[in-house]
Amino acid sequence: MALDFSPVFSGCYKLLQGASVTVEITALALVLGCLMGLAVGVGRLKPERRVVYALCSGYVAVIRGTPLLVQLFLLFFGLPQFNIMLPAFFCGVIGLGIYSGAYVSEIVRGAIQSIDRGQMEAARSLGMPYGTAMRTIILPQALVRMIPPLGNEFIALIKNSALVSLLTIHDVMHEGQKIISVSYRSLEVYLAIALVYFILTGATTLALRRIEQHLRAGGMVQ
Amino acid sequence: MKTQKPIVHIRGLRKSFGDHVVLHGIDFDVAPSQVVVVIGPSGSGKSTFLRCCNGLEKPDRGDVEICGHSLCEGGQMLGDQALNHLREQVGMVFQSFNLFAHLSVIDNITVGPRKVRGVSKQQAEAEALVLLEKVGLEQKAHAMPASLSGGQKQRVAIARALAMQPQVMLFDEPTSALDPELVGEVLQVMKVLASEGMTMMVVTHEMDFAREVADIVVVMDGGVLIESGPPEVIFTNPTQGRTRDFLRAILTRA
Ligand SMILES: Nc1ncnc2c1ncn2[C@@H]1O[C@H](COP(=O)(O)OP(=O)(O)OP(=O)(O)O)[C@@H](O)[C@H]1O
Ligand SMILES: [Mg+2]
Repeated sequence: MALDFSPVFSGCYKLLQGASVTVEITALALVLGCLMGLAVGVGRLKPERRVVYALCSGYVAVIRGTPLLVQLFLLFFGLPQFNIMLPAFFCGVIGLGIYSGAYVSEIVRGAIQSIDRGQMEAARSLGMPYGTAMRTIILPQALVRMIPPLGNEFIALIKNSALVSLLTIHDVMHEGQKIISVSYRSLEVYLAIALVYFILTGATTLALRRIEQHLRAGGMVQ
Repeated sequence: MKTQKPIVHIRGLRKSFGDHVVLHGIDFDVAPSQVVVVIGPSGSGKSTFLRCCNGLEKPDRGDVEICGHSLCEGGQMLGDQALNHLREQVGMVFQSFNLFAHLSVIDNITVGPRKVRGVSKQQAEAEALVLLEKVGLEQKAHAMPASLSGGQKQRVAIARALAMQPQVMLFDEPTSALDPELVGEVLQVMKVLASEGMTMMVVTHEMDFAREVADIVVVMDGGVLIESGPPEVIFTNPTQGRTRDFLRAILTRA
């Protein structure tokens, strides 16, 4: 059977629309994931603060220990039983954000713990409160070390976002499947979808590499 | 000798890590403008002793008073805010410099005054330049720490501590991580500080520095102050056998 890409070309506009939804949803989830990851990562630095530590650790354990698809379905199909009906797009962003937050928090925690203890001690011995020292001394240095692992996490997030097509969100995956349902050209359309994801992840990789080079040139990384 | 009220006042200071008791009830006073050199074998608790004086370590028991303010009373630490405030009075210089790696030399020095004391950027920078001149590094103001030699890093670290206008300076083996040819420049800065009347507690193995600058030499061993006195007495006529052993080991090594 010969390949026929004409459904891809005629559905090109729909696919691009879907791609922009994919970008929107991942970008928003990314912001949410980073904010949660930062808060939770910092929350897990001091086991002696029992309640915060337990809450943060519990969150990470549950999110990492269950499938993303189940988490998304719980939000979208499960919550309505309590009369909580969230729009699909909202569920997608929240679900992906909470999911990636757990992984980002491990990146944040690892980067902070990799900064020499002496940096915090020097800051504290100047009379800086813990929070100020964290913000002005530790986090700026940790941020640079977070970039490579965060890049991997962003890429995973872009790819994982395909699952939100199952929540009736019209992302690139969903739009592609609609084209398949009328053209029966699965191979061609899935190839096109794969290409879209590949371009998105490739662009992310390049952008992050640039940022890292920039920081290196500025003397921020040894 | 000096008879003023002590600026550092320590009674019954005990500190342990888990089951391991590192400081066994230390009593010690430092008078204003006094230079105290602390010596003793590795693991005797010198660093821990110094770190208890600015609350980097939390004593189990005892009293630590700095400039008349209680940092620790009966093993009870001062609250966070008051502790931060008191730390401004106590400068600390570390063996490993601990310059803030992402900040230029001048930002290393101004970050404390700006973030802690709320000094304006201009004023903090003007003060920082004066301090840099004092440690002989005004031309390095905009260098990054990674580009400095060890001796230069340590001089910046001293300037950074001085920027908070402390009453007491603590030095924990400030020259131990330096190549031998760079030790002198750091000790020189410390000598100037001492001559200006700064109260200093210095852990060091630089016996010439101790002989020249110290008012009191304190010998620690096994978490106890085994002996203290003027350098000429400690170095020439120590009463404790352990002091003699330690000095012999140090002097033959040098
Ligand atoms: N954070 C810590 N946790 C557990 N044990 C510690 C800690 N800090 C120090 N110790 C132990 O306390 C003892 C005293 O250490 P300290 O660093 O005060 O000695 P020191 O006299 O400064 O030695 P050195 O000359 O090697 O610097 C050592 O046995 C050390 O292993
Ligand atoms: Mg030590």
